[in-house]
Amino acid sequence: MSYLMPKFRHPNLPKNDLGLTIADYDGSISTLCAGCGHDSISAAIQNACFLSSIPPHRIAKLSGIGCSSKMPTYFLSKSHGFNSVHGRMPSVATGASLANRDLTYIGVSGDGDTASIGMGQFIHLIRRNVNMTYIVANNGCYGLTKGQDSATADLGSVSKYGVANPFDGIDLAGLALLQGASFVGRSFSGDKEQLEPLIRAAMAHKGFAFIDVVSPCVTFNNHVGSSKSYSETRNHLDAMPLDFVPMREEISTQYDAGTTQGVTLHDGSVIHLRKANSDYQTDDRNAALNSVQIAKDEGKILTGLLYLDPNSQNLSQNLKLATKPLNALDKDDLCPGSRVLNSINEGLR
Amino acid sequence: MKQIAGINDFVVKFANVNGSGSASANHLFAKAIFRMGIPVSPRNIFPSNIQGLPTWYEVRVSSKGYLGRRGGVDLMLSVNPQSMEKDVASVEPGGYFVYDSTKPLAPDLKRDDIFYFGVPLTEMCMREYPNPRLQQLLKNVVYVGALAALLDIEFSILKNLLNDQFKGKEKLISSNVHALEMGYQFASENFKCPLPIRLQRGGNVAPHILESEHILMNGNTAAALGAIYGGATVAAWYPITPSTSVIDAFAKYAERLRIDPGTGKKNFAVVQAEDELAAMGMVVGACWNGARAFTATSGPGLSLMSEFLGLAYFAEVPVVLIDVQRSGPSTGMPTRSQQSDILAAAYASHGDTKQVLLFPATPRECFDMTVQSFDLAEQLQTPVIMMSDLDLGMNDWMSPPLEWDDSYQMDRGKVLDAKGLDAVGEWGRYMDVDGDGIPYRTLPGAHPTKGAYFTRGSSKNEMAVYSELGEDYVQNMDRLLRKFETAKSYVPKPKTHPPIAVKKPKTKLRLGALFFGTSASPAYEAVEMLAEEGYPIDTMRIRAFPFHISLDAFIHDHDQIFMIEQNRDGQMRRLIINECEIPPGKLTAVLNYSGTPITARAIADQIRQTLNTKSGDVVPLRKETA
Repeated sequence: MSYLMPKFRHPNLPKNDLGLTIADYDGSISTLCAGCGHDSISAAIQNACFLSSIPPHRIAKLSGIGCSSKMPTYFLSKSHGFNSVHGRMPSVATGASLANRDLTYIGVSGDGDTASIGMGQFIHLIRRNVNMTYIVANNGCYGLTKGQDSATADLGSVSKYGVANPFDGIDLAGLALLQGASFVGRSFSGDKEQLEPLIRAAMAHKGFAFIDVVSPCVTFNNHVGSSKSYSETRNHLDAMPLDFVPMREEISTQYDAGTTQGVTLHDGSVIHLRKANSDYQTDDRNAALNSVQIAKDEGKILTGLLYLDPNSQNLSQNLKLATKPLNALDKDDLCPGSRVLNSINEGLR
Repeated sequence: MKQIAGINDFVVKFANVNGSGSASANHLFAKAIFRMGIPVSPRNIFPSNIQGLPTWYEVRVSSKGYLGRRGGVDLMLSVNPQSMEKDVASVEPGGYFVYDSTKPLAPDLKRDDIFYFGVPLTEMCMREYPNPRLQQLLKNVVYVGALAALLDIEFSILKNLLNDQFKGKEKLISSNVHALEMGYQFASENFKCPLPIRLQRGGNVAPHILESEHILMNGNTAAALGAIYGGATVAAWYPITPSTSVIDAFAKYAERLRIDPGTGKKNFAVVQAEDELAAMGMVVGACWNGARAFTATSGPGLSLMSEFLGLAYFAEVPVVLIDVQRSGPSTGMPTRSQQSDILAAAYASHGDTKQVLLFPATPRECFDMTVQSFDLAEQLQTPVIMMSDLDLGMNDWMSPPLEWDDSYQMDRGKVLDAKGLDAVGEWGRYMDVDGDGIPYRTLPGAHPTKGAYFTRGSSKNEMAVYSELGEDYVQNMDRLLRKFETAKSYVPKPKTHPPIAVKKPKTKLRLGALFFGTSASPAYEAVEMLAEEGYPIDTMRIRAFPFHISLDAFIHDHDQIFMIEQNRDGQMRRLIINECEIPPGKLTAVLNYSGTPITARAIADQIRQTLNTKSGDVVPLRKETA
C-alpha cells in the first residue's frame, strides 16, 4: 500500500448541506494492511458523516487499543480523537459525553478491545445508554499481536496456527440486545450499501447505538477454515438492505408502496427497510434475539438494523443534566460563594 | 493510689459493639465538649463489619489544642464484653473504668490501680423502655448522661444537641433527654462527681482557640465541598472505604447547591462506575472534554487507576483524584488508617511517571487543596492526587472555619478557544511555547478547522502525530520532566514554624522533624514534649510533591532529621531520598503502621530512643541477619 496521501481531489466534488465536500472529512492515510476490512468501515464512517452533514469539529472519535482502534486516525482529521487504553474506551466516552452532551461521539473498537479486555466496560456502557455510536470492527482475531483467536472467534473456526477454536464465540449483537441496547445493528465491512445508512441512523439515534461489523483480517484470518474470511462472510450473509433518510429529505423521498417499511427515529429521520425483509419488526427485542439466534443456527450472519427503541432515555437525560453542556458552565453556575459557605460553617458548630 | 487529674486534658475511650447505635451517642458526647469551646478530637476505630464486632471511639480532650492522638486511655467506657479484658488492661494507672453493672464484673477484670464506676445501663433501660430497640439505643444515651455528671459536661448543651438532631420528632427528643437525665442522676447520686479529670469552659484553654470560631467536620466532607466550590461537574467513582463519604457528601451538597434555578436540572453528574478503572476513565474523558471532573478512592482503587493515571500523565489530561488512604497492601485493614500509598501514587503507572501529590493535614486544607487541585490539574495538564487518609477523612476534626474568597476565578490553564486558535500562528498540542514544559491544549468542538488533534497514550511528536522516533519520544519525556520542575513553584509550599526556645539544650546536634498529613498534629505535640526535655527540634510539614527546594535546604541545614510517617517502609523518606540531592543517612524513620493513628507519645519515644543511643549509632532500618 501507499504511504503517501494523494493530494488531488476532483475540483467539482459534490457538497453537503454545510457546503463541505468529502475531502473535508478525510483522515490521515491508513497504516493498516492493504485490503483490511477496517479501512472500508473508516470510509463508511467518513461518508456517513459527510452525507449527514455533521460538522467535523462537532464529532469526537474515541477508541481503545488494537488495529480497530487505530482507525479513528484514518477519518475526520478535523475532529478531536482519543486513542485511550485497551478495553477502556467506554468509560472515556461516558465521561466525555457527560462533559459535553452536544457533540456526536463515535467509538471504534475491536473484538479483543470489546469482547475480552473491555467486556465489563462495554456492558456498562450499554446499561447506561450513553448517547454515542459504538462500532466494533469484528475480525475474530488479534491483529497487532499476530493472529491469536479473539473471544468472538466462532466455534470450530480455524486460526492462522491451524487450530480449530474449541470455544463458542461471543455474539456481541446478541449480547447488546440482551443487555437492553437501544439501537443494535450488524453489518459487513464489504457491504457499503448497508453499512453507511446504518451508521447514519446510529448517529441520528439519541442513545447508545451499537453496530457489530464483520470486518475480515486479510493477514491473519482470511484463510480457508476461518469463519470470518471475506468469502465465508459473503457466502453466509443474510442482509437486510436499508436506506437512511434524514428528516429534511424525508418529505421528498418516495418509495413504491409495499416495498419498504419505515422506522422513524426520534429526530424525525427515517430508516427504510427494503424489499424482502420489510416484515422485520425492529421494535421487538425478543424477536430480534430470536432472529439472530435462528440465523446463527442456520450458519447465517443476519445483518441490518436488528433493534431500535427511538424513545429510550440516554444517560444525560436519566441524570437530568442541564441542557447547557457541563463543560460550558462557569463560576456563576458552579460556585455557591462565601455567603453559602458561611452558613455551612454555621451548621458545623 | 493516685487518681489521674487534669482539667480539659484527658483521653476517653468508648468500647462498643458495632451496629448497636453507639456512634451517634458517642458523637453527642464529643460534640458537647466541642460546644463548650474545649478542643476535642474524636476518632472512630472501627472494624470492617456492619454489626457485631468490637468498635471503639476515642475522644482526646486537650486544652492546648492538640488534635492528634496522645496515646493511653484515662477513662474507658466499656459496654462490650467481647473486648472488656483488653479494655480494662488499656487504662492508665490511676484511670477510670465505667461499665454496665447490670451483671457483676468478672473478678479477673479487677485491677487495683484503676477506679471502677458501675452503672446498671441494661437494667435501667429494661425498666424504663418497653421497646427492645429503644432499650438498646438509649443505653448509649444513658452512659453519655452518666459521663456528663462524671466529667462536668454542661447539660443544657447536650439537650440542645438532641433538639438539633431530632428536630421535629418531639417524642424522640423527650425519650433521649429522659435517658440522659437518668444517667446523669444515677452518676450524681452514686459517685463523687465530677472526677479529677473534667471539663471546664474557658479555663486553661489556649487563647488562640478561644478566640476563633472553630467548626467540627471531617476531611471527606471538606474535600467534597472543595469539589463543589472548585467547580467540579463530574464525579465518577466506585464505592470503597474510607473514600465513599467524599462522593456521598459531594452528591448531597450538589443536590442542594447545583440545581439550575430555571430548569431544575442538574449542573453536575455523579456516576457510580462499575469499578475504579471505569471511574478514572470517566474522569479522564470528562476532563479531556473540558469539564472539571474528579474521583475519590482508596488503596486498591489507586492500584486499578494506575493505568489511566499513566495515560493522563503522558497524554496530559488534567485529572483530580482524592486518595483517602487506608492500611494496605491488598485489602489490608480496610477500616484502619495509614499513609502508605505515597510511592504508589507518586509514581503511579508503568514507565517513567511522576504525579503531583498534595498532603492536607486538616479539614480546612482538604477543602482548600481540593479547590487548588482543580486549578493545578488544569494549569499543569496532569493528574493531581490529594493524599488524605481515613483518620482525616472520616473523623471529625476541630478546624478553623472554611473560607471563600468571592473573587476566586477558576484557572483553566492554557486552553486555546476558537479566538485563541485564530490568533496563534502555528499550533502544536505538545509544543513548549513558553519554556515551562506546559503546552497549549484545545477542547473538542472548539473550532471548525483548527485545533483538532489526536490524544493518545502512544508516543507522538510536538504536533501530536504518532511517532516512534527516539528523538521525538525523548523530547516529549524531557518536556514532561521540565513541566514537573515547573510544578514545584505551583504546588503548596512546606510549612515551618519558628523554633521552640529550649533552655540548656541536651544536644549540640541540629535536629529536624519532617512530617505530613495526619502525622503533623501528634508530631508537633511530640516536638513540644521533647523541647521541654531539652531537645530542640525544628519542624517542616511537607504539603506537596514535587518537593519544594526549601525541603532540600531544610535537610542540608540539619544534622539529623526524623521523618515521621505512618507506613512500614518509610515511603516518604524513600521518596525524598529518591528525589532530593541529600545524604540518606540523615533521615531517620519514625514510623507507625498499626492501623490506628500515630500518637504523640510514640513519636516522642522513638525519637528519644534514637537520641539516647550513642552518637552515630542510628537505629537500623534493616535488621542484619545473624
